[in-house]
Amino acid sequence: MKSLLLGNAAVARGVYEAGVCVASSYPGTPSTEITANIAAYDEIYTEWAPNEKVGMEVAWGASIAGKRSFTGMKHVGLNVAADVLFTISYAGVNAGMVCAVADEPGMHSSQNEQDSRYFAKAAKVPMLEPADSDECLKFTKYAYEMSEKYDTPVLLRLCTRICHSQSVTEISERVVPPAKEYKKNPQKYVMMPTYARPKHPIVEQRMLDIRDLSEKSPLNSVELSGTGLGIITSGTAYQYVKEVFGDKVSVLKLGIVNPLPQSLILDFAKKVERLVVVEELDPFIEDHCKKLGLTVSGKDLFPIVGELSPNMIAEKLGMPYNNGKNVEDDIPVRPPVMCAGCSHRGLFYTLGKMGVTVVGDIGCYTLGATPPLSAMDMQICMGASVSALHGFVRAGGKNVVGVIGDSTFAHMGVPGLIDIGYNGSDSTLLILDNSTTGMTGHQENPTTGVNIKGEAVGKMDIEAMCRACGIGRVTVVDPNNLDECEKVIKEEMATPGPSVIIARRPCMLLKSSKPNPPLSVDESKCTGCRICMKIGCPAISMKDDMTGTKKKAEVNRTLCVGCDVCTQLCKFDAFTK
Amino acid sequence: MDTRNIVIVGVGGQGSLLACNLMGRALMIEGYDAKVSEVHGMSQRGGAVVTYVRYGDKVYSPIVDKGQAEILVSFELLEAARWLELLAPGGTVVTNTQKINPIPVIMGAAEYPENLPEKFKALGAKVDAIDALELAEKAGSSKTVNIVMMGRLSKYFDFPKETWDKALIECVPPKFLEMNQKAFELGMRA
Repeated sequence: MKSLLLGNAAVARGVYEAGVCVASSYPGTPSTEITANIAAYDEIYTEWAPNEKVGMEVAWGASIAGKRSFTGMKHVGLNVAADVLFTISYAGVNAGMVCAVADEPGMHSSQNEQDSRYFAKAAKVPMLEPADSDECLKFTKYAYEMSEKYDTPVLLRLCTRICHSQSVTEISERVVPPAKEYKKNPQKYVMMPTYARPKHPIVEQRMLDIRDLSEKSPLNSVELSGTGLGIITSGTAYQYVKEVFGDKVSVLKLGIVNPLPQSLILDFAKKVERLVVVEELDPFIEDHCKKLGLTVSGKDLFPIVGELSPNMIAEKLGMPYNNGKNVEDDIPVRPPVMCAGCSHRGLFYTLGKMGVTVVGDIGCYTLGATPPLSAMDMQICMGASVSALHGFVRAGGKNVVGVIGDSTFAHMGVPGLIDIGYNGSDSTLLILDNSTTGMTGHQENPTTGVNIKGEAVGKMDIEAMCRACGIGRVTVVDPNNLDECEKVIKEEMATPGPSVIIARRPCMLLKSSKPNPPLSVDESKCTGCRICMKIGCPAISMKDDMTGTKKKAEVNRTLCVGCDVCTQLCKFDAFTK
Repeated sequence: MDTRNIVIVGVGGQGSLLACNLMGRALMIEGYDAKVSEVHGMSQRGGAVVTYVRYGDKVYSPIVDKGQAEILVSFELLEAARWLELLAPGGTVVTNTQKINPIPVIMGAAEYPENLPEKFKALGAKVDAIDALELAEKAGSSKTVNIVMMGRLSKYFDFPKETWDKALIECVPPKFLEMNQKAFELGMRA
C-alpha cells in the first residue's frame, strides 16, 4: 500500500515494520516526529528519555535483553550520546539496534551545523543515508538486518529536508522476529580493558566486512548515462542533482555513507571524464575520493556552509536555471517571537531592566536574547547555563544569573547544579518551569508527571531535586508577577551562597492553560509612552489615535490572552479588561 | 507530465501545516508522485513559514527553488513579497490581503511596504488577491484563513470536487469539518 508520509513518520513506520519493541529518545528538531509517531504504535514501548545519552543506553539495554530497539535524536544530541556510541560499537548488540540522527544544514532550528558522518567514522559504526521517505522506511528496516548480521549499532543519517518532507512511501505489515535469548557474556558486554582490547580488532574487521558489503550493496547504486560528467552524491543532494540533470549524467548514489566503498568509486571514476562530489556540509565523500587518489571537484564549487539547492548545482555545473525577481522594498524580517501570554516574557523584561548578565540555555526562552527584550548574554548547549554560570561566578563575574527551562534542567542541568551545590558558589539559577518541552512542540518530560502516551507517571520534583543537589535556598515565583520576581531575584543575588529561583507558570499553548479575557486600551488614558512596546508582545502595536496626531497602543484581541504583563508596566492604567 | 511547483507561505500559527497536508492528500487521491516539504521548529513561533508542494510523474527535489513556482499562495501579504523570488516568470500570486505586522514594524524599526499587489504585477506576476480573513470570519472562525486560501488555490487545479471533499474529511477533525468546508467553499467562490 502507498501512503504519503513525512520522512520522520516513514522512519517510525520502518521501526514498526521491523518489529522493534523498545524506543527511547529525547525530542530535537528536526528528529522529534520520529519518536512521536512511534508512540502511536501500541505494540512498541516508547518513551521520552531525559536526554539522548539515556535514550541510547535504554535502547542498548533492550537490544541486549533480546528485543529490537530504537533511539532518535538531532545532530547535537549525538554529542550527548557519543560516550555510549563509541563503546557500544565495541560491545555490539544482541537484537538489532538503530539510532537515527538528524543533521541540520541551514540551522533552521539548531545552534551549529555539525556533520554527523564523522561520528560514524570515529565510532566505527555503519551509517545509512536515505534520500526520501520511501528510503527512510526501507533503510530503517535494512538497518536492523545489518545491525544483527554485523553485531553493531547502525546509524541512520537524516537531514531537515528528508525529515520534514512528505513523499510517497510503500508500507507493509509488521513482522516481529523471534526475541533473541539473553546469554551472560561479560567478555562481550563488559567493556573493561581486559575484555575491550580483544574487541577492538573485531571492530576493525567488522568495518572491513561492511566495506566489502558496500561495494556491492543495492543501497549504493550506479546510474550510468554518458561518459562526460559523473556525480557522486547522497541524501537530499542526490535529489537536487537528479532535479537538475534528470538522466543526462552518470550518478553514483551512496546509501551507505560509512564505511564508504573503494572499488565501486574507483570503477565509477574510470567510466567518466570529470568527477564531481555533491554533498551538503563537510567534504566527507570528497576527502575519501581524494584519499583514493582521484581527481575530484566538490567543495571548490559548493559551500560547506548552509544547504545546497537545485539552482546552485545548475549554476556551478553549467546548466540553465531561472532566477526569480523581487520588489525593491526592504522586506522587514519576521523573526520568531515569544507567543502572546508567554510566561518567559515578563521574566526577561525584568532581567533586562535589572541589567544583569544572563547565562542562557536551549529552549523557547532563548528568544529572550532578541530585541526588544535583549536579555541573554550566553547560550551554548543543553545545560551549559548552570555550569557556565558557576565558572563565571568563580572567575569573579558579578551581577549574573543562569536561566534554564524545566526539560533542559532534567536533560543536563542537574549535573551542573550538583557542581554548584558541591563546590559552592554565589550562583543564582532561575529554572523556568513552563510544564512542557515547548520549542520542539510540547512534549512531556520528567518534570511534567505525564509520559509520551499521556499517562500519569512519576514526576521529578524540581524543588526537591535542587535541595538534593545541595542548594539550601529554593524559592518559587510566578514569572508574570513582575514586582515579586524582581524582589526575589535581587534578594537571592545579594545572599551569599548558591540559590535557585523556580519561575513557574505553564506554557499558554498547553490545552490545560485557559486564557483570560483579552485586554483593550483606553485611548483617553494612553499617553503613547511606548513602555508596553518594550516587552515585544505580538498582541500589542501602536496605531494613530482618532485625531491622527498621536500614536496610541492597540491590543490585538485575537492574540491577547490577558496575561497582564503589559498592565503592570503601564503607569496610566490604559489597559482595561 | 512535467513537475508542477506550488509554494505556500504564511506566518507561524496560520496553519500552513494543515494546508500542506490537505494538498498532499488531494495529490495522493489523484494518484500523483508528490513531495510536500515543511520546516518545523523556530519558524512556528510567529516567524515566516514556507512550504513546498511538488507533483507530477516523478518528483526529485523536495524544495522549490527561485524562479520555479507556478503558483505562490500567501496567507499574508508581506509574506508573498518575502518569497516572490520563488515565482517562475509569468507565475501567479494567490494572496490574502490581510496584513500581520512583524515585530520590527510593531517596534517602529521598519515600515510595512505599500501597494504590494501592484508591485507584483509590475514585475510580470499575475495576482489573485482576496480578503481571506473576512471570508474566514464569515465561515465561523478567523483560524480558517488557511482553508479559505486552499479553496482559492483549488481553482487552479482540474481535480474533481470529490477529491477536495475527501481530502478535507481526512485532514480536519470532525467537529471543525463543517466550518472548514464552508471556508473552502467561500475561498473557491470569492
